[in-house]
Amino acid sequence: MQFIKTRFFYLFNSTKGLILVAIAMVGIVAAIWGMLSGPMAEMGVREVVIKLFGMDIVQAEREGRIIILYHSIAMAIVAIETYMVTGLLKMKEFFKMAVRVLITVGYMMTMIFGLLFAYFGHNWAFHGLYITGLSLIFFAGVLLCVALWPWNKEYYINDKDYAHTKKGVDVERMAFFATAVTTVISALFGAVPGSFFGNGFEVFLAENVIRLPHKTVMEYSIIGHLHIMLALIGIMITLIIGRWLNFKGILHKIAMPLMILGTIVLNLGVWGVATPLEPIAHMIIYVGATPSMFAALLLLIWSWGKLIKDGTAHLKKPNFFQKLSALVRDPLKFGPTWQMLFMNFTTSGIGIFMAIRLDEIFRIWPAREERIELTGHWHALSAIIATIILLYYGDMLGLKGKVRQLYGWLILILSDIALAAVTVFEMKRLFITEAVQQPLVNGLMLAMDFGLGLLLTVLAVVMVWRLTDLFKPKGRWTEEVTHELSQEVMK
Amino acid sequence: MKRIILTSILLAAFLVSCALVDLNAPLPAYDTGINPNLWVTIPAGEFAYGQHEDIESTDVYEIMITDVTTAQYADFLNAALADGYVKVDGDNIVGYYPGDPFHGIKHEIEIKAGDWVYIPLNDPSQRIKFDGTNFTVQVGYENHPMTSVTWFGAWGYCGYYDSHLPTEIEWEKAARGTDARPFPWGWEIMRENANFYSSRDPFENMKTFGSRTTPVGLYNGQTYNSYITLDSASPYGLYDMAGNVWQWVGDVQPQEGFSDRYMRGGSKDTYDMDLRVWVHNSAAPTYFSPGVGFRCVR
Repeated sequence: MQFIKTRFFYLFNSTKGLILVAIAMVGIVAAIWGMLSGPMAEMGVREVVIKLFGMDIVQAEREGRIIILYHSIAMAIVAIETYMVTGLLKMKEFFKMAVRVLITVGYMMTMIFGLLFAYFGHNWAFHGLYITGLSLIFFAGVLLCVALWPWNKEYYINDKDYAHTKKGVDVERMAFFATAVTTVISALFGAVPGSFFGNGFEVFLAENVIRLPHKTVMEYSIIGHLHIMLALIGIMITLIIGRWLNFKGILHKIAMPLMILGTIVLNLGVWGVATPLEPIAHMIIYVGATPSMFAALLLLIWSWGKLIKDGTAHLKKPNFFQKLSALVRDPLKFGPTWQMLFMNFTTSGIGIFMAIRLDEIFRIWPAREERIELTGHWHALSAIIATIILLYYGDMLGLKGKVRQLYGWLILILSDIALAAVTVFEMKRLFITEAVQQPLVNGLMLAMDFGLGLLLTVLAVVMVWRLTDLFKPKGRWTEEVTHELSQEVMK
Repeated sequence: MKRIILTSILLAAFLVSCALVDLNAPLPAYDTGINPNLWVTIPAGEFAYGQHEDIESTDVYEIMITDVTTAQYADFLNAALADGYVKVDGDNIVGYYPGDPFHGIKHEIEIKAGDWVYIPLNDPSQRIKFDGTNFTVQVGYENHPMTSVTWFGAWGYCGYYDSHLPTEIEWEKAARGTDARPFPWGWEIMRENANFYSSRDPFENMKTFGSRTTPVGLYNGQTYNSYITLDSASPYGLYDMAGNVWQWVGDVQPQEGFSDRYMRGGSKDTYDMDLRVWVHNSAAPTYFSPGVGFRCVR
């Protein structure tokens, strides 16, 4: 009994244990459900998986099914970020505990009952439990906002290295708070139309209505919701990485107000999509996205500068290659900001290019081509956020030496191969016609499957290692029980 | 050594990706026994329309049993050229279209009255050949659906024969009947039901040219050499209402300012989910592709 009790305590009461469970859950879902579509379906693997797990999949209900799948994965990612935030930032123990209990129960209910409902017959009790899970996550979000309240004097700072107001309000904490509050509000933009459409079973995917010039307020709300939630998950992971790396100095002081400004304006723009402000909403979104992305760039400049400075401290006049070597010496510290930079090629760059040349290029192509670009670029963004989490998790695990190098570089190289292939796949119509595209498509699919497949294998190896570790009386887990992320912030 | 092997593998993969595709590779010749000149009567009445099964109704109408074939389209072009209904304009066959209403709404394309491209002759995937006098069909493609045809070319064909492109509602009723099924033949899809992406029909080769069109009416329950098909006719006996080629439908500006034209039915190039009867695709009416065809209604 003690054996189970101690392990349970680690898995559900420590930050690293909670993150491990959530990563394992997402990994399992990604591995199984990833076999239901794309090349796996072509190869006939889908049928095998369906039979093996006894799934009950009706073609007509695909849209509703995958919306539940997206939410199941997204809620676990939101939970991971919440564990990180509650582990990195000071807050009252009650709030920390309450937020974690609510969000853990919430994402597990969402994932387990959501997937049971969607893929294993329609037991409406499961659907109710799925909704309950989402509601618990919402309440956890509200509580997190309270916990993060930056104007509580307990959290005031006076360290000149970090952004703070004259009174001592921690501006970085304000950025976390702004992101949390806007996330909670933005969740409503999905919840309200979700209830509206769900009531009449009128589920739809946003990418399928994107070309229609006239959309209802509820349709706009759904489109806004999915865009802003992913953007906010991205903003939150940027803040988390900044805290982990101990972002400070003049660039921190510039970046944090920009992050707050960008987050608020970006949200106002996206919320505006569902209001009479819709005609100018996109302009507001661009205005909001610019300071947010600039703040992330400042983090990148600062962190790369620090990696180079620390890595060449022993040299009098380091040359370019020595600096480069210092920069990439630790893939786990270099990786997250590299992925943020890489995101500009796979997501932001594509999005901006599409927006600029929409009428001249993309609207000349069929809607299904545009759908590939839309779904491709947000899948890429989601995958990049996942890899950043995995890189940070590698550091949490305390990986050292060759294993650290191998883990870090495999995640970076494999994911970037896959994401580069996705990007070329999305944009292929710019340089190849559909009649002659098959060999290129095959090559790109191979690259995607190679990258993502091996990435999942790396994750599986780590998870198996962690599982076996749990059976050891003095395994690594015993060290992680009491470790808190705030103790491991870079010096 | 390891680097050389890895580099060689990557280089080989890259070269394979860049391999040239033979658009005129040999293809099997199957007589499906389905006469593309036949029309099917669709009775008047209500039916469940769209993914959310809204109730719509139609009057009685007739619709072609299959997509328009390349042979039918070549016959049309020969007759229409002689009549002056179409003309040759460089590498294109063009015809008159009276234009769309224009509202100046964001992303709306202005379609003015005038001559518009029906088919391009210089498209490598074009199966209609023109020797300066006569239109003929590339051997082997006679009973395949007409593709590489713009919406104007589809609209012009139907109009020439006193018919019209089906409206969305007409198309969907003909495809699914009155019981709200997602596929013309029923509730589930198998590879032997239709020509879709990687459906392993005898006309596709995913290593080289990918998926190609199949003769109209192929999926009628017959066995072709060793290839077994399921009878996949719609409740009213139409063939190829899912897969093979997207089908242009006739609705002009279903929403004010929406200048695209809808396509229905999915194609050889799409996954099975796009073969559900309510799925839309859309493109500018000037768009043409080896995966888009049409049929007419009267």
